[in-house]
Amino acid sequence: MDESRRGFVGKAFGAVAAVGAVASLIAMKKTWDPLPSVMSAGFTTVDVSALEANKLEIAVWRGKPIFILKYTEEMKPTDGRSVKVGDHYYSVMIGLCTHLGCIPAYRNEEKDFKCACHGGEFTLAGVQKFGPPPRPLDLPPFKIDGTTLVLGEEGPEYKAMMAKAGGA
Amino acid sequence: MAEFKQADSLYEWFDQRLGIDKFLKVMMTEYWIPKNINFLWAMGVLLSVMFGILVISGIFLLMYYKPDVNMAFDSVNYTIMQEVGYGWLFRHIHAVGASVVFLIIYIHMFTGIYYGSYKKGREMIWISGMLLFVLFSAEGFSGYMLPWGQMSYWAAYVITEIFGGVPLIGGDLVVWIRGNFYVSDSTLTRFFMLHVLLVPLAIIGAIVLHFYALRFPHVNNEAGEFFDFDKEAEKYLAGDKKNSKVVPFWPVFLSKDFFVLGVFLVFFFYLVFFHYDFAMDPVNFDKADGLKTPAHIYPEWYFLWSYEVLRGFFFEIAGISGKSLGLIAFAVAQGVFFVLPWLDRSPMVKPANQRPYFKYWFWFLMVDLIVLTVYGKLPPTGTNAWIGFASSMTFLILFIALPFITRAEAKKVGGK
Amino acid sequence: MKELKILAIIAALVGITYYGIEPYAHHIMHPEVKPADFAFSDMKNVDTSLAGNVDNGKVLVEANCIACHSIEKAGHLQIMPNADAAAAYGVVPPDLSSAGRIYDKNYLANFIFDPVSAMHLSHKYPVGGAKAFPMPSYNWMSAQEIMDVVAYLESVSPKVSGKDAHKATYDAACGRCHSMSYAKSEATTPKDAIKAYMGATPPDLSQYIKSRQEHYLHGFINDPQLLLAGTSMPRVGLTEKAQEEVIAYMEETGDSKKAERESLGLWVMLYTFVFAILAYLWKRKIWSEVH
Repeated sequence: MDESRRGFVGKAFGAVAAVGAVASLIAMKKTWDPLPSVMSAGFTTVDVSALEANKLEIAVWRGKPIFILKYTEEMKPTDGRSVKVGDHYYSVMIGLCTHLGCIPAYRNEEKDFKCACHGGEFTLAGVQKFGPPPRPLDLPPFKIDGTTLVLGEEGPEYKAMMAKAGGA
Repeated sequence: MAEFKQADSLYEWFDQRLGIDKFLKVMMTEYWIPKNINFLWAMGVLLSVMFGILVISGIFLLMYYKPDVNMAFDSVNYTIMQEVGYGWLFRHIHAVGASVVFLIIYIHMFTGIYYGSYKKGREMIWISGMLLFVLFSAEGFSGYMLPWGQMSYWAAYVITEIFGGVPLIGGDLVVWIRGNFYVSDSTLTRFFMLHVLLVPLAIIGAIVLHFYALRFPHVNNEAGEFFDFDKEAEKYLAGDKKNSKVVPFWPVFLSKDFFVLGVFLVFFFYLVFFHYDFAMDPVNFDKADGLKTPAHIYPEWYFLWSYEVLRGFFFEIAGISGKSLGLIAFAVAQGVFFVLPWLDRSPMVKPANQRPYFKYWFWFLMVDLIVLTVYGKLPPTGTNAWIGFASSMTFLILFIALPFITRAEAKKVGGK
Repeated sequence: MKELKILAIIAALVGITYYGIEPYAHHIMHPEVKPADFAFSDMKNVDTSLAGNVDNGKVLVEANCIACHSIEKAGHLQIMPNADAAAAYGVVPPDLSSAGRIYDKNYLANFIFDPVSAMHLSHKYPVGGAKAFPMPSYNWMSAQEIMDVVAYLESVSPKVSGKDAHKATYDAACGRCHSMSYAKSEATTPKDAIKAYMGATPPDLSQYIKSRQEHYLHGFINDPQLLLAGTSMPRVGLTEKAQEEVIAYMEETGDSKKAERESLGLWVMLYTFVFAILAYLWKRKIWSEVH
């Protein structure tokens, strides 16, 4: 009787201590979480109508560079990756190499992107064609609003592109 | 304290209360170290001194450093480097010391491997040592971010991005570590906390464990000889110092270490004052800019070999992407040294040059690590990428082969 | 001796690694380019052997230059505030007081003849392009007239030396576009104007002595295009002496403790050397009992 009772109290004490430890860990994990203000960090709007064709425009969205490239007549749109705003096609992509996050440079003669860090290359629509990048440049969520792009909002065009990418 | 006697001296007063006499015996004058050693056995004391130097110089940097993305760069490069009296000195000592400490760690580590000081009862010494290596790496990495230069920023970016390769939770994990979608103020402040408090505390704890782990299996010696420490200690205490195989930690062992330390400090201060670019990369004197990647991104030299293992796999093999393969290889490289005592299947504890097969393995590993380090810095283009791949593969193969090589060796020497 | 052999092996391994990651890697990442040319010998539009006439130069300068440029040392004060000047020209036009002192004679003469080609900026201001450099070419002047102007500018330049010269040369040669916050020096052209004019804000030079270092600056200032093709920074045509003054000023600002570091370094090394010798003698004494 005495023995088993002592055993029970010991176990109960251990269990309570363990609950406290886990609860503290959860609190600590929460403290490391990004702040709500960071998570909801704003939306970036860019008017794309005035851009010069074959010249890379870099907007900033949530600290990330967003490549916006207006196509010339000769530059062929890539299905599921090129965005049509008004009469022109554009590439709208997160300008970070999908290998290790460097910013590739646009070469307007070759009409492609080259990453200086590890030599990765992408087509003008951001599809990897050489080197270590495992996938095409990521697409930021966007919405087309007349001639402006709203980065951070998911418009129908973006959802359609995502659906296509998911199916492929 | 059963009986109390009035103390005759201050020493006795303290001895009554703190047991100084016994403590000094256990820690210093009757802590026995083998006599048959060379200067490589001084690396542990060198590392302790270096850690002390880093803590002290760090304390003075902490007085003026500001962990804020808008102020960090100028607080280091203007306030500390140009205004604070001898601030530049502490910064140079801290930066160069952080780099040189890894040189000594590597010498210490490979001394252990060369002389077989990680097995037959010494496994915990080895594991606690490897734990210290990992903690020092974390300390080095978090500290490198603080000056908030271009290389601080981009090395932090690339290294935190590595966690994105963890299956399922990768993307969220990266954001969680950084506290933002990109390396930002929240990243700087949390790494500042890690660098000045949490990691140093853990390092101190691990140092205590490492020293404690030495007590039972004792320090190895140049010949890998096992002998009865108690008997040799008795011989020494009885006055037969010349024939005893041991010497006390103080003053005999430390007197040698101090000489090695003196020679090392000449070299160290030469680097601190006259040759510090290797530890204070010029690129890092450009303020961090998240929208401008430097032409070449590379980690500090002591991470280059594992960085090269990471990026050595740049193409898909059997349907697994280069990135995943690199990550797997990188993870293996981080962990494989921990299990070295179990990969070495040979019972021999001898310097590598007396081991018929292991000696080839050891020197092969050294050459491979040097190749990895050098190509980890060079741009990974053309042949460089392939040399990186070959040396990364060689690294993995060496460790896969080690149990077979050492088992064959065990057979050859017949369990000696 | 065995320990020396071990030391030699370690030194060799460390040395090879060091060579690979420092000198060799730098050589690969930053290939050597042509050495700096302070004669600016690529330009031959003006015969610079002609002796200039200061009085005639004065007349020419007053007729052609002072509508836009001030020459404070000759009494021609700035016509409008910096902000207005930047709005009118894109960038604040330089005061010409020290032009004759800091710019190479051959460069200056050829600059007057054709500024864009002297600055190596034809990629930015192509002939017939949309953007034109604010200063016109004076290629209609005779070589003699150009040399008269150069002689006049040389005659009005004040003689300065020492640290004053370092700052004066920096201000005249760099300070219209670049800020140097550690020297509390702000670009005379307002920030927005200079950003629009150059395409990007020219970098703050406070730490350039550390991030670029003397060797690179030596080549870069002499001809930026050689080391950074396509940059909007012009070749400014400093004489070797003036360029050294600029670099010295950058060092005084960005690495002000250099002298202290180098002298203290010797003392500390001397101290550790004595420490090592005494440690060795002590060690010998202690170990003589156990060997």
